[in-house]
Amino acid sequence: MNKPQPHAGPVPGPGIAPGEQGRPDLRRRAWMGLFARAERGQLEAFLKREASDVAVHPVRGPETGLVMVRGRIGGGGAPFNLGEATMSRASIRLEDGTIGHGQLLGSDRAHARLAAILDALGQTAAFTARVAALTQEIEARLTADDEGRAEETAATRVDFFTMVRGED
Amino acid sequence: MYVAVKGGETAIAEAHRLLADRRRGPRDLPALSLAQIAGQLSLAVDRVMAEASLYDPILAALAVKQARGDMIEAIFLLRAYRTTLPRLAISQPLETAAMQIERRVSATYKDLPGGQLLGPTFDYTHRLLDPDLAGEEAEPETPARRAVSGEKVMRVSDILDGEGLVEGDGSFGPDHVAGDITREPLDFPMPRDTRLQVLARGDEGFLLALAYSTQRGYGRTHPFVGEIRIGLADVEIELPELGFSVPLGRIRITECQMVNQFKGSAKEPPQFTRGYGLVFGQSERKAMAMSLVDRALRADEFGEDIVAPAQDQEFVLSHADNVQATGFVEHLKLPHYVDFQAELDLVRRMRAEYEAKRAGQAGDEDAITSEAAQ
Repeated sequence: MNKPQPHAGPVPGPGIAPGEQGRPDLRRRAWMGLFARAERGQLEAFLKREASDVAVHPVRGPETGLVMVRGRIGGGGAPFNLGEATMSRASIRLEDGTIGHGQLLGSDRAHARLAAILDALGQTAAFTARVAALTQEIEARLTADDEGRAEETAATRVDFFTMVRGED
Repeated sequence: MYVAVKGGETAIAEAHRLLADRRRGPRDLPALSLAQIAGQLSLAVDRVMAEASLYDPILAALAVKQARGDMIEAIFLLRAYRTTLPRLAISQPLETAAMQIERRVSATYKDLPGGQLLGPTFDYTHRLLDPDLAGEEAEPETPARRAVSGEKVMRVSDILDGEGLVEGDGSFGPDHVAGDITREPLDFPMPRDTRLQVLARGDEGFLLALAYSTQRGYGRTHPFVGEIRIGLADVEIELPELGFSVPLGRIRITECQMVNQFKGSAKEPPQFTRGYGLVFGQSERKAMAMSLVDRALRADEFGEDIVAPAQDQEFVLSHADNVQATGFVEHLKLPHYVDFQAELDLVRRMRAEYEAKRAGQAGDEDAITSEAAQ
């Protein structure tokens, strides 16, 4: 039988550099989220164009596994286990020792590896600006998608009107 | 005596070959792609993900295709695949209040912040078969767009909560650890968090029937749909190597907040109670049924008499899983030759004894009759 796992995130794999711990790096958190939701082709094209000569060493994965997705009772109460989702993750190291992590929903391991490379490149001075530009592109497209979906939903909003009845 | 029977390998291989042929169907028609199934039979895919308890639209589409559209078979396939994967993480609880809304309706408030957003619903369709879909389908119209109001789509439970007229979301003590039925066997009585996990993967038909039974009087709960919302929610995990949480992407979920019969006591002021439903994908029938059954299963919390099936934890939660259910029901068709031979033997012996006894009795009766005649 499987040993129950503690209720925390993934176990650090081999070669994960200590000392990376810190307060939330909001910029990095944001781009990780964007790489996760980007089209794989867009990441692939960027890396081919901008970083084809960069040496990348695998640290962990890429691998596919499960994430137990939790909800909250009543929407905001105690957590409960809703069900699992597939997720893929990868960690890589650049020549200079920079570690990058990629993780996303689904079974696309290649996508996770590309996200990890971009996460590492984003932390290096040589690539910061270019990676930032890429994240802006991704964000613009995702935002446009979200806005489109929101506007389509808004068009189905019910406008109530009151019919006056009776004599008064 | 135990007799092992061998044989049938060739028949099984040929049966599977025939299955593959029939699954493919007529060869003059193009094969379905997974993208077609995920894109055009998306609610079937959603159901498979919900009841397999594994969110992955592409794998669920593959399961639907492989199962020839047999939903429970597809659910079984995806559930089985799940067991081959290691668990890498546990997510932060989904923030359903912050999801990107695709549909949101309330039956308790007409005008509420964020409005009634119908979204892509079957409601108000006339349920007439559409011959236009039968042949070469014309492209449907592009959906209309309208500027977004920017108003926060407030949760109905929060609106009621503002007045203190509804119970809270549902909490446990600080030491409580959320149960996980994928790691621990079912144990009764089961706390509400674990019950919700069972219900979230439970068979839609079974939960629908139980929910319906509560409406018909078998454990009535006087429900109102406070709110149904369908949308996309971020899944985030904590990365211990970084010390903060990161988004993995989004999943589509359906949430139902049922507002039920109020309760009051010497300690608690009268207030509405609640049932909760949360399901993978777009599936409001399931989410509604789940919330009704969740509320019915809270009978002991509110001191209600447990008189109906939907209120009986052990009955509901032991029979909600259609993979387990189909396994046990369908195993009956597998060879039971030896068991049956034993039973047959027994019945023959009992029959022989019965006949012998009857013959004996008939003999006695004959004797009595002839005595009486004399």
